[in-house]
This record gives sequence, structure tokens and C-alpha cells, in this order.
Amino acid sequence: MKEQDNNSRRNFLKKGGLALGALSATAIALASFQKEAVEETGEKVKLLSPEGDIVEIDKAYVKSAHDLNLPLDSKKIREGIPNRKFVMVIDLARCKNALKCVSACNKNHYIAGKNAWLKVYKMQESKDTAPYWMPSACQHCDQPACVTVCPVDATFKRRDGIVLIDNERCIGCRFCMAACPYSARVFNWEEPDQGEIMMNIDMNHVVPSPEHAGLPSVKGTVDKCDFCPHQIDKGELPHCVSACPNGVFYFGDKYEDTVTNGDETVRLSKILEDKAGYRLMEGLNTQPSVYYLPPKNRSDDFKDGLDKYNEFQSVEKPT
Amino acid sequence: MKNYDTLLKDLTPKKFTKFGVIWTSFLLVIIIIGIIAYIDQIIKGQVVTNMRDYALWGIYISNFVFFVATSFVGSIIVAVLRLTKNEWRTPLVRIAEIITLASIVMAGITIMIDMARPDRLLNLFIHARIQSPITWDVIIIPTTIVISFLLLYFPLLPDFAILKDFFKKKKPKLSKLYGKLSLNWKGTKKQKAIQTKSIRIIALMIIPIGLMLQTIDAWLFSTTYRIGWDSTNMGAYFISGAFVAGVAALIVVVYVVRRTNKLEKYITNFQFDKLGKLLALACLVYLYFNMNEYLIPAYTPSIGEEIHLNTLFVGSYSYLFWMVTIGGLILPILFLLFKKGRKPLPMFVIGLVVVIGSWWKRYIIITPTLLHPFLPIQGVPESWHHYFPSLHEWLITIATLAMALLIITLLVRYLPVIPIQRTAEENDLLETNIKH
Ligand code: SF4
Ligand code: SF4
Repeated sequence: MKEQDNNSRRNFLKKGGLALGALSATAIALASFQKEAVEETGEKVKLLSPEGDIVEIDKAYVKSAHDLNLPLDSKKIREGIPNRKFVMVIDLARCKNALKCVSACNKNHYIAGKNAWLKVYKMQESKDTAPYWMPSACQHCDQPACVTVCPVDATFKRRDGIVLIDNERCIGCRFCMAACPYSARVFNWEEPDQGEIMMNIDMNHVVPSPEHAGLPSVKGTVDKCDFCPHQIDKGELPHCVSACPNGVFYFGDKYEDTVTNGDETVRLSKILEDKAGYRLMEGLNTQPSVYYLPPKNRSDDFKDGLDKYNEFQSVEKPT
Repeated sequence: MKNYDTLLKDLTPKKFTKFGVIWTSFLLVIIIIGIIAYIDQIIKGQVVTNMRDYALWGIYISNFVFFVATSFVGSIIVAVLRLTKNEWRTPLVRIAEIITLASIVMAGITIMIDMARPDRLLNLFIHARIQSPITWDVIIIPTTIVISFLLLYFPLLPDFAILKDFFKKKKPKLSKLYGKLSLNWKGTKKQKAIQTKSIRIIALMIIPIGLMLQTIDAWLFSTTYRIGWDSTNMGAYFISGAFVAGVAALIVVVYVVRRTNKLEKYITNFQFDKLGKLLALACLVYLYFNMNEYLIPAYTPSIGEEIHLNTLFVGSYSYLFWMVTIGGLILPILFLLFKKGRKPLPMFVIGLVVVIGSWWKRYIIITPTLLHPFLPIQGVPESWHHYFPSLHEWLITIATLAMALLIITLLVRYLPVIPIQRTAEENDLLETNIKH
């Protein structure tokens, strides 16, 4: 049943298209137009054009997202999806420290350690400035310090902007962790206790790949936020994006200038302009792929989030 | 005064005394305990250390930096003093070469202990990426090992030939071994010419290689954004630090070897006086770079720097910081300024203090920086906010130090620590001079 669902969603996608709107009932998808002549079928589908309009085109022009399911050959995994540049926008004005993103990320990446990849930081720059909640994970930097220092090319930057780790190659030197200014990386200090997951892997015939980090985690190697390429492949949004009840996270493609939080789809350039978007530690010149919108005009009190705040825990352990 | 026979008797390797046997077995026990701890670390993972996601490097790395630093003594004594034709170095050269070889071998081993996946060591070659400072280390450390081995070995050839003859009757087996090692040294003109040339080339090479080694080591840290590491001062700071650690280590070993091998006639107060001045110079230079590293940033600190400096000056690392700075640097300079401070025994004490200070110095270069990342430390257990080495880390680290000492001990046991042939030649020269 679930499989079928996915398939029908994929059918809305054209090659290179990412089903950002796949979660909504109308299944809006991003697409670009194909030039070569194809025999039309007469069946129309709705798509979101690069200009942001909803257009109807013949189904024949639409290629299934199956084509996106790149074979798991390591070269392709290292190349990434052609002509894409994934970005994220995090709207701090909406974050109430609900922590749904963190638990969704932990669950779907089978986090076994004590340090989550995605954490919601309690921030306050100085005594007199306002406190706020700031979700932060790997920034998928365009000039990633972690990649520069890795001696074996285990951590790599793809053309689509995603920074991933090959856990089968990593030698566990932790130089990348020392280099990353965003403390985004976590280490598997011991054999990760992912018992059930391994069974899941066996049953669903999942081939371990850096494209779904944490599946499985490997002792003595590094892990971090993977920007969910496995979700992108399925035409779905990263787990944190879809899990957030407050629409804090937007995910999308910079080339298409479009990001969505599942409910609304917006122009990246416009939202950054309107809301004065910025990136973390711009001064370091790491060129992150994650943008932040400042925490102004907040609907909720910062204090409401304090109930859930736990300074010493980011991964819930079954007690 | 000294005829050739007494020279031979004094300088040829001697059997372990009772103390030597106890010492060696002691080292062996420590090493075995360390190996057991290491095997346990391999099985359980580095969870047995107290390193965690924030304190992601610990004493394995600072110990590695320490070994790299002490290996610098070879470049200083062997090469610099050779090139400047300082004659007082003759009885010290070989000990310096031995320390260098032992340190650099142990540096290579220590860095592997820090690797969480030593089973993937070959990836460093298969997938090597030249832009990573670790790859530079992968290149420079083996190079240094080879060069410092040759620097020890080539000058030994004539001595091996002497030892072959010396032990011919007493210990035929040992004699044979020395004979093999001597590579058929006959002391012919041609052999001598080749040997002299080779030594000169290697002595020239060890200077840039030593400097590169220290600098690359510094760049491991300064290529990151971390406060306290991201400093353009780092290369020179590490070189001068290595100068201090290396000379201090040399003083300690020279003192001990002089006593155990009864070499008071050969290594005299004169040598200690010179070494003392050299150490004082090293400490002064290092002090200068320390000021660059800690005092000057304190004038215009960013928030991060202020937090970092505060932890060092008055915070949780202040005891260590001041002990290392005052005890390991300033006081030694003061003592060494006096002639009395440069006598053998005080020098031994000072050297030991400086060596220990150098070890802890590396600890406070590594740890505090890691505990002050740019984003606040949140969402991890309270214990991850601090770092102090675990039992495993101590056992393994102490074992590596013991291994270095064992290598030194064994080399001192089987090699003439003072070049026999060169000493003989120099004395002959003296005698002929007197005759004229
Ligand atoms: S945030 Fe850190 S781990 Fe992620 S790409 Fe940037 S430097 Fe690398
Ligand atoms: S820990 Fe792994 S990914 Fe990180 S720098 Fe070392 S080898 Fe590369």
C-alpha cells in the first residue's frame, strides 16, 4: 500500500524534479520542460513551474522519479543528483523547541549514540539580547572544512551540495570533527546498538549507503546529518522538515529558487530578502547551505520551550 | 693519557647491570599492560577512552605531539652543531640520534593508537588526499624515520667494525652480528669518502625535514577554525617548543647514560655547561613565541578567545597552565643563567622538569581548545563537557613512553653511545698536536 502511494507520487515527477509538494494532497511538483519531441498521451498532470506557477502538461513529458533512483554505485553517490543544489531555510521565529524534528531525525536515522545530529540549541548571544531556539545540524557547507582535512576522502561534497560520509572508508581520525566549526559531527565511539535496524536492513533489502547515513552506523567512524538523500530519492522531504508541527524548516533547490516546508512553497530569494535571512558564522567563509530567518515577531514566548529543554540529552533512550 | 685499549674498554657496550635488568623488565611490564589495554580498546572501541564528541582528541594526540617534538633533538644536535663544527657535541651526537629515532618511531605508533579504525590504515595510501595535513604527516613521519635511522647508522659503521674485532673471542655470535652490521667496513679511503659524503647529505637533509615535521604537526591544528589553534604563529611556536623538549630530553638521557655507563671522563661538566646554555636559549625563544600566542591575543580578544584565555589564565586549566609556563619555562631559564645551575645534577633535575612540562604543555594546547567550540555544548551528557584521560588512555600512553625508553635503553645497551672511532681520531689529533 505504501509502496503504491510512493509510486503514484513519483509519476508526477519529471527527471530531475524533486517532489517538494508531494506531501500535499494536490501533489504539486517541481519540473522543468523537456525539449525533445514526445508523443502526447492526452493525460494532463499538474506541476509547479520554475517560475512558481501551477501548470498542466501532458503526462508524456513527465518522467518518473524512478529515474532518480541512481544505482548504488559509489561514483554516482559521490556525484550527487545532477543540476540540483539543495538548501534549507530555518525560520527561527517559529521555533518553539517542540523537538519533533529531533525525534524524527533520531528515529529515522537510528541514532544509537548520545549526541543527536540535529539539535535545538538554546541560544542567547549576550545578557541583554533575546534568547531563542535554534535548530542546527550539518550546514552542508559549500566550502566544507571537514572535507578539506579528511585524509582519505571519506567525507565528500557532492555537486548537489550535500556533504556525506563513506563509513566504509573513514579511518576514524576525527580530524573532520576538529575542523567543523558547527560541531555538526558525531562519532561512533562504540559498536552502535542498532539491533532492530539491522534486521530491518535485511528484511527490506536495503543496501547500506552514505545516502542514508546511520543505516547502519559503523563503529569508529563519523556520522552527521545527511540532508536525507534517501527522502529526496523518494520525492519526499527530509524527516525534520515534515516532522515539524510549526513549519520551521523549509527545504528545496537553490537553482529552482524554491523551498517548501510541506505546507507552503516559497521563493528562496524572496523569503531571504523579506525576512532578512542569514547564515551561521558567515565570517568563517564556510558558505553553508542552511539559511536562518531571524527570530523576530515570535508568536510564542521563548519560555514555553523551556519545559522540553534538556541540556544534557538529545537522544531519548528507552528507560 | 687515554690509550686505545682503555678507550675501547670504556666505550664498548656493556652488559646490563642489575639495575639495568630491573629497569628493562619494569619497562616490559608497563608495555605489556599497555598492549592489553590497547587490545581492549580495539575490541570495545574508543568508548574506553574519555574522549567524546567535543573532546574529540585527547592525550593520544598530545602525546603524539610530544614525541614529534622530542624527535627534533636530532636536527638540532646532529645537524646544526655538525654544520657549525661545534666539537663539544661529539660525545652527545649518538645519544641525540638515538632519542630522535626512538621518538619518531613512537610518534608513528602513537598516532595510529588514536585512529579508531587502525584496520583501515591502508586507506591512508590507497585513498590518500594530498590536501589533508594528515597525508603530509603520512609522508613526513616515515621519511623522518628513515633519515634518522640512516643518520644513526652510517656513522656507526666504523664502530661496528671495531666491535666485531673487540668481541671476536668473548662473544663470537655478537661479533658476527656486529660484523654484518658493519657492512664490511675496512676503513679504506674509498669507503671513508662514501661514508663522509653520505653523512653530510643526511645531516643536511635532517634540518629541513625536522623543520617540516614540526611545522606539519602545528598545521594539523592551525588548519582548523578552532580558537587557540587557528594561529599563524603555530609553526614557529611548535618548532621552538620542540627545540626545548628535544634538548631537555637529551640532557636527561645523557645524564643517566653517563652515570650507568661511567662516562664521566668523556661527558664532562663542559658538555653540560654547553647544553645548559643551549636549553636556556631554547627556552627564551619559546617564551617569546608563548607571549605571541597568549599575551598578545589577550589585548584584543574576541569573545571566544577571551573565554579560552580565561580558562588558561584563571579558569579550570590555570594550575596546569602556570605550572607549565613558570615551572617548565621561566624557572629553568632563571636557574640556567647561573653557572651552578649548569652542573650535571641540577641540569638533570631541570631537564626532567622541562620534559614533564613539555608533555603537559601539549596537553593544554589540545584539550581546552576543543572544549570551547563555537556553538554551545548542549544535548550531551554532563561528563562530555570535560575531559580527563581514562585509565585505558593512561595505561596506553605510559606504555608508549615506556616503549620509547625501552628503545633507547636497548640501543644504549648494544651500541657504543659515544662514537669510538671519532673519539679516537680526535684524541690522536690532539696528541699529534702536542708533539709538534
Ligand atoms: S557544517 Fe561541519 S560537517 Fe557540515 S559541511 Fe560544514 S564543516 Fe562539514
Ligand atoms: S574521521 Fe573519517 S571522515 Fe573524518 S576526517 Fe577522519 S577519515 Fe575523514
